[in-house]
Amino acid sequence: MVAFRQTIGGKALIGNLWRDNPVFRQVLGVCSTLAVTNLMKNTVLMCLGLLFTVAFSNLTVSLLRNHIPRQVRMMVQVLIIASYVIVVDIALRAYFPDVHGLIGPYVGLIITNCIIMGRCEAFASQNPPWASFLDGVGAGVGYSLVLILIALVREPLGFGTLFGMDLPGVDLWWHQWTIMVMPPGAFFMLALVAWIGVATSRSDNDNREGEAK
Amino acid sequence: MNHLPISLFLANIEGAPGASGFFAQLLVIFLAAAFTDNILLTRFLGMCSFLAISRHMATSFGLGLAVVFVTTCTAAINYLVHTYLTKPFGLEFLEYIIFIVVIAAFVQLVEMIIERYSPPLYYTLGIFLPLITVNCAILGVSLFMLTREGYGFAQSLVFGAGSGLGWLVAIVLMAGIRERIREDKVPVGLRGAGITLIVTGILAMGFVGFSAMISF
Repeated sequence: MVAFRQTIGGKALIGNLWRDNPVFRQVLGVCSTLAVTNLMKNTVLMCLGLLFTVAFSNLTVSLLRNHIPRQVRMMVQVLIIASYVIVVDIALRAYFPDVHGLIGPYVGLIITNCIIMGRCEAFASQNPPWASFLDGVGAGVGYSLVLILIALVREPLGFGTLFGMDLPGVDLWWHQWTIMVMPPGAFFMLALVAWIGVATSRSDNDNREGEAK
Repeated sequence: MNHLPISLFLANIEGAPGASGFFAQLLVIFLAAAFTDNILLTRFLGMCSFLAISRHMATSFGLGLAVVFVTTCTAAINYLVHTYLTKPFGLEFLEYIIFIVVIAAFVQLVEMIIERYSPPLYYTLGIFLPLITVNCAILGVSLFMLTREGYGFAQSLVFGAGSGLGWLVAIVLMAGIRERIREDKVPVGLRGAGITLIVTGILAMGFVGFSAMISF
């Protein structure tokens, strides 16, 4: 385990989980974080889709990194990402048509999710395939942690349910906060989670916090 | 289209339905896309550049203008691509790739044209144009446009323009607020993205509050 943490891939995997978390540390991929987290089921499926896309895009970009001309590398990366997103989209359409109806456009928007572009550009284009794959998995899991944390608060408070099932006795004592499942609730929850996240994680580049405002 | 207060109101002003009903519908789509169904505040699109750029008023306005222009044109182009190319040939699964290529190519083209014919505009907008390709609001407008039933070319064009304007309004409002609160004392963990998200949430409450007035 200790040896694994010393490798490039292991370091990237673990760093991405919380310390350099893509959502609250690097402030990337915020759109879907806000949009899909009012229902736990949508959140989990979105996270799986992103995890798959970021891990395999990283792997593919890394495998091709010595063959892509520098001038067109962004375009090639976008096309690689788009191909994986199409796979995710078709799978979701086939197995979860109801969820696809709700979050369909946001699945397409995984293409422009800056986490994936960011990992491909910053990590996969300079590192070997296995390390890049692990880096992608780390970024995907880090993203999922934040989304699940937010959904875990929004769905019970807003609908009184979890995974679409009523929480026991919720009708008796809980008056649902509709605002939690509406857009403003998403902004407030992400701000709170970001606050907790930033307070509990210490990044190597903490000194840039001073100017960021 | 539902019979909602504002559309009835407009129909009454314009007199008989018919041609005026068409323009009333366009106006409703435009206003809804720009305000009550704001692409940034209720659909969360373009958040990354919103959080990164909204520190300064001038740059926010420049980026906002570029977004308005690009969403309007790419919504129209992608509508044509969808209607005449991908739908008749059953290639809808390729739409993500085609749309993103259309957007990237359009942005590149616009950049070249502006650089050639209007250097002053190029220096105002030019630096923001490459950023726009990866702004999810642009691709989002094209994708949401297709989920709306019965949109023709005019409706799509107006939807694109309205969405772009909504994004411009939101980022300019935010830049104004951020310039005001720059010197305020904020808890360390909330500095930067945190406090911006909270302010955005309050802004969103204002915009969402009107959503019963206009709908489509």
